[in-house]
Amino acid sequence: MKEILRKVQSSFTSPFWAIVMPYGWLLLFFLIPFLIVLKISFSDLKLGLPPYSPLTEWVEKGVLTIKLNFTNYSFIGTDSLYLLTYLESLIIAVIGTLGCLCIGYPMAYGIAKADPPIRTLLLMMVILPFWTSFLLRVYAWIGILSPHGFLNTALKKMGLISTPLILLDTTFATILGIIYCYLPFMILPLYASLEKIDHSLVEAAYDLGARPFQAFLKVIWPLSMPGVIAGSMLVLIPAVGEFVIPELLGGSQTLMIGKVIWNEFFTNRDWPVASALAILMLIFLIIPISIFQRLQERQVRFLDAN
Amino acid sequence: MLTKLSLTLKIFITVGYGFLYLPIFTLIIFSFNSSRQVTVWQGFSTKWYASLLQDEVLIKSAWVSLQVATCSATAAVAFGTLAAVVLVRLGRFQGRSFFSILTTAPLVMPEVITGLALLLIFVGLEQTIGWPKGRGILTITIAHITLCMAYVTILVRGRLSDMDRSLEEAALDLGARPLKVFMAITLPLISPALLSGWLLAFALSLDDLVIASFVAGPGSSTLPMVIFSSIRFGISPQINALATIIITGVALGVMVAGWLIHRKKY
Repeated sequence: MKEILRKVQSSFTSPFWAIVMPYGWLLLFFLIPFLIVLKISFSDLKLGLPPYSPLTEWVEKGVLTIKLNFTNYSFIGTDSLYLLTYLESLIIAVIGTLGCLCIGYPMAYGIAKADPPIRTLLLMMVILPFWTSFLLRVYAWIGILSPHGFLNTALKKMGLISTPLILLDTTFATILGIIYCYLPFMILPLYASLEKIDHSLVEAAYDLGARPFQAFLKVIWPLSMPGVIAGSMLVLIPAVGEFVIPELLGGSQTLMIGKVIWNEFFTNRDWPVASALAILMLIFLIIPISIFQRLQERQVRFLDAN
Repeated sequence: MLTKLSLTLKIFITVGYGFLYLPIFTLIIFSFNSSRQVTVWQGFSTKWYASLLQDEVLIKSAWVSLQVATCSATAAVAFGTLAAVVLVRLGRFQGRSFFSILTTAPLVMPEVITGLALLLIFVGLEQTIGWPKGRGILTITIAHITLCMAYVTILVRGRLSDMDRSLEEAALDLGARPLKVFMAITLPLISPALLSGWLLAFALSLDDLVIASFVAGPGSSTLPMVIFSSIRFGISPQINALATIIITGVALGVMVAGWLIHRKKY
């Protein structure tokens, strides 16, 4: 009896279960779902729930046919609105990423150069907004940008404008929202790579007669590259698929792919087209995602090795 | 002090932090405004906080969100820790690098795609094996576990790699079983990462709108879903009051956690 108990116990503590549980979970709830999205993107729209036709059908006894139809993809390809949406999402995300980089880089540099107690405080202040509700931070900008909002009222009081500026429901507001919400994602990896830079290298550049700008361009900027890439990917990838920001700040004039997928799914109830759009977006994002993954792997391998 | 920094850097830092915090401050200030207008100050009032307490839909959704966040953060810490231990301590096994990529993938996947994919697997599972029946708190929790696990794995993995391995080896040499070593040595040493992982998972789950909207069913609206539908109708001081409560709670939580972790380290 004791022997059996021990056997049961050891089978439960063996590494087998430690691998199977998280691995199995991710396979079932992450990998397989994507295969299903891929599958449904090839099926027809049908009334009822679920609103798509099955791909495989038993035509006669024992004969299984697989119907792949590309109508969803050709539909997306022929409607130039979808192509424009992909393009616009990409442009908005790239501008947002550059904006984050321009604001985030000097901030991260300043934090890395500050004295330790101040540094901890400054870092904590970057992380804090990241923990508070994303939705409510976007909501705050509605109050600031609306025609009778905070900003227009202030500008009017200062006598700078007489009629309120149209700021809300524009592409500008969407980009501003993206920069605001994703700034911490840019600052943290930038800080991590800037903090690691050996300051004697910078001093050596100065000793050899480099001016501050040259020292920055030739020493600091190249050494901070891992942070720049990681931060940019962390902003760019989710920004391309962003839904909340263009929905609340962009109005009807801003077309972004996350919003279109949402509308195809919830308003038009066209699951196959929504799936096809999602697959195309993944194809768009495969390059930035793999860059990020490779960087992440290298960093983790470095950690594991040490 | 900041004196070491040049003037330009100081200006950048001040403007940058102003940009990060000004919108949050406007939210908080106008939650105490007595007027329904969110932009014109008409006097101090706390009536919007009182009206929050009477909003039954909001309170019910907050309860749903708290349940989901507690369950999914706990499960995500368990699974994420297992995944991290497997990746750091088990050495090479077949499919390791694939597993490693799989654990961080939910982190970079656009939410709209994750949400859609998870809904489709739930529908598919219900059709083939009849589980999960319908969609609601259970499906939202499963979705959030998948998302939050990735963050926990990265945090715990970093901590495990930094850890001094000789302590575990000493315990093994003294005849402790691997499970005992894990429980008595490894777990206490990585506990700060577990705590921050749990808090991060909790906050992420509480904050998620997109994925929850896809996998939620009737009657299981989470707090962000209710907030979102009310924001769509325009600004309301009641939402400002709610935002103030959430922000204060989170700020206190982060400060206490930061203090705890800081104290343990030194």
